[in-house]
Amino acid sequence: MNTKKEFMKIGDKTFKSRLIVGTGKYKSFDETRQAIEISGAEMVTVAVRRIELDKNKDSILNHLDPKKYTFLPNTAGCYTLKEAVMTCELAREAGLGNIVKVEVIGDEKTLFPDNEATLEACKLLVKDGFHVLPYCTDDVVLCKKLEDIGCAAVMPLAAPIGSGLGIRNPYNLKLILEAVKVPVIVDAGVGSASDASRAMELGVSGILMNTAIAGAKDPLKMAQAMKMAVECGRLSYEAGRIPKKLYASASSPLDGLIEL
Amino acid sequence: MKLTINGENREILKSQNLEELIRELDIQAPNFAMALNQQVVPKSKYATTPIQDNDEVEIVHAVGGGI
Repeated sequence: MNTKKEFMKIGDKTFKSRLIVGTGKYKSFDETRQAIEISGAEMVTVAVRRIELDKNKDSILNHLDPKKYTFLPNTAGCYTLKEAVMTCELAREAGLGNIVKVEVIGDEKTLFPDNEATLEACKLLVKDGFHVLPYCTDDVVLCKKLEDIGCAAVMPLAAPIGSGLGIRNPYNLKLILEAVKVPVIVDAGVGSASDASRAMELGVSGILMNTAIAGAKDPLKMAQAMKMAVECGRLSYEAGRIPKKLYASASSPLDGLIEL
Repeated sequence: MKLTINGENREILKSQNLEELIRELDIQAPNFAMALNQQVVPKSKYATTPIQDNDEVEIVHAVGGGI
């Protein structure tokens, strides 16, 4: 067995874990911290929002060790190019690093991205020195364009954000994997551990998820399940599955059968 | 002085620049960033960036969030 473990490379960083997790929707900062620790994720995404003046001064960052995690500020909730670009600039200024997850939402109901605005925002941010990870639809032409303008990875959705519908179009993900050289990270849509394994078996570099863990009945248990599922799917991909066949193929030798 | 801070109208009593404003508002978030009239201001320039009546100030930080 070739035990050499391949790492996930994003921008100038290397990650042993191929699972990237969100920090939203948990019951408490403590639960967030525990779930992330159990998930084994080394990259953690955070949103950037206005500070609530005169309110509780605690912050998620008081609960996550910056030496242990790479923060991935995201532009979740941005509907325009201008908002997304400014959010990234603010995140960098806040000391959250220069790897950013760019989302420009185009539709409130589906939270599907505005791909045109995403592409334009990414162009500006790449020029400004960011390592840009765009959330996008699973469109091979778009992913190629995002790679061409210098994005560090592409992050096609598997299904709508928070829907838990799983990998709705594995064939599109396959095409994207063939077309681009940058890492492909499935962003959004995974609901269960089997979804995560299935995505990894396609050969994607990693998966980003939040709701699937935070929204589970037992988030800590699901964090463990997702850690194992991502590792399992990756191993299965690296091992190379058998081809699918219509008819049976016996595993036992035919020679030496008793004859009656 | 009247400012709009994070979309709220606020009366500021003492501060003349962004550094003083941070102190007056008692901002303690470990990582925060500011924009003045939609321009991001680097931390190194807070003390030398004056604020005036009707300025719009944004103060943001990291919060739990995913996608």
